[in-house]
Amino acid sequence: MSLSNISLDDLQKGESAIIVEILGDDVVASRLMEMGLIEDEPIAMVGRAPMGDPTEYAVRGYRISLRKSESVRVLVRREP
Amino acid sequence: MPPNTTSKDARVVALIGNPNTGKSSLFNALCGMNARVGNYPGVTVEQKVGRLSGTTETIDVIDLPGTYSLAARSADEAVAVNVLSGEIPQQAKPEVAIVILDAANVERNLYLFSQIYELGLPVIVVMNMWDRVTSEGLTVNAELLAQRLGVPVVCTSANKRKGIDELKKTIETTLCSPSVSPRSDQFARAMFPSVFHDEVKQLTEWLESQGRKPSTYQVDRLLIDSDGHFQKLICQSGLPDIATKIDEARLRLQTAGCKVPMFETKARYAWVRKLIDGAVVRQESRSASPSDRIDRWLTHRWVGMLFFVFVMFIVFQSITLFAKFPMDGIQWLQAQASGGVEAALDPGALRSLIVDGVIGGVGGVIVFLPQIAILFLFIAILEDCGYMARAAFVMDKLMTTVGLSGKSFLPLMSSFACAVPGIMATRTIESRKDRMVTLLIAPLMSCSARLPVYVLMVSAFVPDTKYVGGWITLQGMVLMFMQSLGAMVAIPVAWLLKKFFFPGEPATFLMELHSYKWPSPVVIYQRVWERLVSFVVRAGTLIFCTSILVWAAVYFPGDHLSLDSSVSTLEQLQSEVSEMIAKNPPAPRGSEAPIEDPNIAILQSKIDEAQELVNEQRSKLIEGSFLGMVGHRIEPFVKPLGWDWKIGVAVVASFPAREVIIATLGTIYSLGSDQDENSQGLQHQMQIAEWPNDGKPVFSLATALSIMVFFALCAQCSATLMTIRRETNSWRWPIFSFVYMTTLAYIGAWLTYQCFRFWS
Repeated sequence: MSLSNISLDDLQKGESAIIVEILGDDVVASRLMEMGLIEDEPIAMVGRAPMGDPTEYAVRGYRISLRKSESVRVLVRREP
Repeated sequence: MPPNTTSKDARVVALIGNPNTGKSSLFNALCGMNARVGNYPGVTVEQKVGRLSGTTETIDVIDLPGTYSLAARSADEAVAVNVLSGEIPQQAKPEVAIVILDAANVERNLYLFSQIYELGLPVIVVMNMWDRVTSEGLTVNAELLAQRLGVPVVCTSANKRKGIDELKKTIETTLCSPSVSPRSDQFARAMFPSVFHDEVKQLTEWLESQGRKPSTYQVDRLLIDSDGHFQKLICQSGLPDIATKIDEARLRLQTAGCKVPMFETKARYAWVRKLIDGAVVRQESRSASPSDRIDRWLTHRWVGMLFFVFVMFIVFQSITLFAKFPMDGIQWLQAQASGGVEAALDPGALRSLIVDGVIGGVGGVIVFLPQIAILFLFIAILEDCGYMARAAFVMDKLMTTVGLSGKSFLPLMSSFACAVPGIMATRTIESRKDRMVTLLIAPLMSCSARLPVYVLMVSAFVPDTKYVGGWITLQGMVLMFMQSLGAMVAIPVAWLLKKFFFPGEPATFLMELHSYKWPSPVVIYQRVWERLVSFVVRAGTLIFCTSILVWAAVYFPGDHLSLDSSVSTLEQLQSEVSEMIAKNPPAPRGSEAPIEDPNIAILQSKIDEAQELVNEQRSKLIEGSFLGMVGHRIEPFVKPLGWDWKIGVAVVASFPAREVIIATLGTIYSLGSDQDENSQGLQHQMQIAEWPNDGKPVFSLATALSIMVFFALCAQCSATLMTIRRETNSWRWPIFSFVYMTTLAYIGAWLTYQCFRFWS
């Protein structure tokens, strides 16, 4: 794990990154993985809801809305 | 045969797919609108079975709940797995699984397919929403996919009825041809690490030594899903050692570098990638799609919020505005029907049953239809065009503060008009726990039926004090407080329900945001129609029965002979007067002072006398009725709330609908039942009512406030309770709602009375 890893929640609007790891092995983690958030997969931040949470992301050609409590579980690295 | 199971001579297929893939449209397109809806034994998961239309053989289609995975963590997923493996009692194992995919999102949708494929059933793949493929810049080679998968692939646009006949043919041919089991070396699980396969073999052997015959699929799930459905089942079935066996196996996998559950999703997605390579191509365009451009505004910080408020404003204005005309029409029809029956029949039990029981009961059901139709029209449009998910996205943050999600907003908001359509709208919430909590707090929202009760009490007993030069009135403030009381109480109630009744896994809000599209009229029509029919058939009959029961409790066991004869006299006199007026029409306007016919004046005073007698007799009869007896019985319980037996009776009688209390109070105070909230006579009678023992007034500000608080929190609405019964498919939840709300109402009313009794 390199130091450049950040949480998915840190991405700014329009930024994209590569998924490194999903933290934990509970229901939330497996749900995220089932929805296609798997290591080495690119993901982009599309926009935040008016009240700052949840956030819309683009992954595997579709759009998914994640709450902050879920996106902090996703470790990503910025694309070089 | 229970209506909700498949018939014995029919062949059975199952329809399964991710949520939001147009599954219900496809189901309706295949089977028409005559689905048999029931409940799976033991769980509140709806079971929907339809019969394929236009086929030579009898084929039943089971519509399974939408799910992202067969990992079986929720009741929905467990039902899907159990149906597909034939473990539901009285339901045949499906011969074919029809897997519906969103053609514009094949990659993620194939994840579920990879799991279903391994169950060993013959499979048909349906690429639905095929019309979206081109508009989203995709190229999908369905033939190549069919070739690689070795299963038939059919492309459909269910909302436009395209590809349906081809799918029906495919179903028939698949059922006729001898089933070819898919080759297990083609399964995604073949890509699982070999350590995992070893563990599966070991665990299977151990289970077999214990006399079990698990399928490979079940053993996979036992090892992968921590605390999953199968583990719970097998532990309950008297094999407690299994938990330690599984834990040991997982530990060994962990040390061997095989991370559970990650390796499964990784392998399956890798399998999917290989499968679609070259068959599904997405044109990468740098420019934003039209849907993205719309979304940029609709989820914008300010514009998005304003748009949301605007949409909600339109929806609720329409419910109150457009529902008013048909509702007035229904009430007019009801009055016409009652008038007709009264003219045709002499006063008596039969006439009372028809007018007060039957016509009132039917009216009490259909009066909800306009609101339901309008709300579901909007819900269907918003859902089908894709805005509904955005609305939940926009509102989520606010709703998380009470432990719910953005999807609860619309059902709760609609409950301010009426809880019945609001509760029905909780269908749009996928999380079962969120849905149950929303459904249980929805009746606390101040619906329009409570307003007349507040208006009556406020105008009769709250002093008409004005502040700030008349801009703020005390009456207005009390009214506003009553209107918002339920919502305020709902916040801690939601929290408690979440904490004690629906605990467990943390709520996830992984929600797919589809691209926007034009709503399909067929889909909208079907949604609205389906909701109306289901309300009338499933909830309406119960609402009707309640109204007949309450009628009987008011009518019996009193002797109605003298009342009937007084009513006859009254009606006789009334018709005489109208005849006289018809003979001597009143002088036209602007002419000399009208000559009052002395005969009419005499008759009029006779009518007044007769009316008074009738009202008095009615009041006596209600006191002697079963309901009146209940009222007297409960007087000791309602006295701490500042109520006498008359209020008790009126409250009990308002069980079919809250606003009935006004008519009942009118009858009890010998004013006749045609009172409304602005009736001066009723307000006056209530103001002068006295306790029989000490002559103190019954109604004080404290009593009025205690009645209002009670009505703000109580569940005195049989339609709401019957809708809860219908939506949860169990008597447990309507009873629970009634008990918790009545308790809250009682405590609230008691506190209010005790606080205010020394005030005035």
